[in-house]
Amino acid sequence: MILEGKVWRYGDNVDTDVIIPARYLNSAEPKELAEHCMEDIDPTFAGKVNAGDIIVAGRNFGCGSSREHAPVAIKASGVPCVIADSFARIFFRNAINIGLPLIELGAAVTEIDNGDNVKIDLSKGLVENITKNKYYKVQPLPGFIQEIANAGGLISYIKGDQV
Amino acid sequence: MGMTMTEKIFARHAGLENVVPGQLIKCKVDLVLGNDITAPPAIKEFECIGRPVFDKDKIALVPDHFAPNKDIKSAEMAKRMREFAKKHNITNYFEVGRMGIEHVLLPEVGLVAPGELIIGADSHTCTYGAVGAFATGVGSTDMGAAMATGDTWFKVPSSIKVILNGKMPRWVGGKDIILTLIGMIGVDGARYQALEFAGDGVANLTMTDRLTIANMAIEAGAKNGIFPVDDVTLEYISPKVKRSYSPVRADDDAVYDRVITIELDKLTPVVALPHLPENVRPVNEVSETVIDQVVIGSCTNGRIEDLAQAAEIISGRSIHPGIRTIIIPGSQSVYMEAMAKGYIETFIKAGAVVSTPTCGPCLGGYMGILAAGERAVATTNRNFRGRMGHVDSEVYLAGPAVAAASAIMGRIAGPWEVSK
Repeated sequence: MILEGKVWRYGDNVDTDVIIPARYLNSAEPKELAEHCMEDIDPTFAGKVNAGDIIVAGRNFGCGSSREHAPVAIKASGVPCVIADSFARIFFRNAINIGLPLIELGAAVTEIDNGDNVKIDLSKGLVENITKNKYYKVQPLPGFIQEIANAGGLISYIKGDQV
Repeated sequence: MGMTMTEKIFARHAGLENVVPGQLIKCKVDLVLGNDITAPPAIKEFECIGRPVFDKDKIALVPDHFAPNKDIKSAEMAKRMREFAKKHNITNYFEVGRMGIEHVLLPEVGLVAPGELIIGADSHTCTYGAVGAFATGVGSTDMGAAMATGDTWFKVPSSIKVILNGKMPRWVGGKDIILTLIGMIGVDGARYQALEFAGDGVANLTMTDRLTIANMAIEAGAKNGIFPVDDVTLEYISPKVKRSYSPVRADDDAVYDRVITIELDKLTPVVALPHLPENVRPVNEVSETVIDQVVIGSCTNGRIEDLAQAAEIISGRSIHPGIRTIIIPGSQSVYMEAMAKGYIETFIKAGAVVSTPTCGPCLGGYMGILAAGERAVATTNRNFRGRMGHVDSEVYLAGPAVAAASAIMGRIAGPWEVSK
């Protein structure tokens, strides 16, 4: 799958409380969650994000709560992929389980700025910063996790497994 | 090659002789936990799979985050969980009136035991490592899947050994140990790893200290935090757990990614400043900070010993007139014990308010939300931006002794300042 979009750039330790504040967790509806996505770190995000835009952040993205509402809110905002230096583990797991691809790019994220255009080839693990004309290759996900991702998430994977 | 505690529990639950860090394995789970926020989406996923629950006795459902229901939407979510519990005849559903904050409640009622493997759709599920179990937080989809299959996949983490030596000075507690550790290694210092506690100092820690420490392993990014099983553990567990269980012990030649040593007798009460739990400072350095609210409770510090410590400091004194003090016993039995011991009367006479058990203010749900510019000292676990309310409010994390002293003084204060 090839993705291309404009970058929303954030820093280190973006926690799940700023991705989707708990005051909105009285709903689990993806559309409602998307309306408040990133609200406490960037109140402009929900109103201005376009389908296909890509979030790029620093270390430990998604730290904190286990709320799956966080990757759900990002996905429902139209963001097809998050690139970060590193991800917190529960967020990583949740994103794979709900079918939001993640790319762990390491320190090279510092070369990507807000507003850059990036292109991602998920199956080959390639990231291209079109604006800066730079290319990166990332480690593909372990096979078993790719199978979950390819099935579209954990539930479809389990249903397939059962047959 | 020897194995760590976490590796042994994984091997046992995967039906393997050995496991090594990095290995992907499928494990049977002994308990699956969810709450009023995470269970409703999990139930939706569970229903997509179309199987019965794997074991009605091995699922725990606790309405604690926004319960007693804070608004109509929360009531709808709690209702969904209640109806699910009824439909599937779930043994361990805890209704309001019997419930507590999940991580205070489950150990108390004997649902977690040494050597067991527990997953919960709540990041602080890692609390149960205090009894020598492997316990970790997962999301709703993982919870929904495990309710159907009784198993889940893991990548075996490498372990960090945290050696605790000696004995804590007066006024230092489990919260100060874990905050000090997070201050040393950072909020991603144990990312994807297990924190295994060891050393002669462990014997000097009460179960309350251990539960507080394991609870905040996630705040260092860890997958789990785990304590060795000793006499203190068994004394705590044996009256509560009647089923058979089998503790694990780390091998002498177990391999650790890193070893960190903390001399307990050198520790001092600390506070984590906004907006990360790693911003740790000794209380003395920040004692001029004026505050508006104190919260004593949560899955981190809502147990009877926590309330006892707060009551000792507050007893016979008055809450500072500028401070709202909210005290939240972590469960009904903690509440009753606090009442029997006179703590509740102490708190109310001093000018504090006592709430029914709930996660409420910790995550900015209700029961003590902060306005713009307000500051709270809280015995909770996270001080992220906006965590307890307005995005421009601030949370300072501390143990119950510092929180109680701060409530009296109207600013961040050490308990020795009140004792004078």
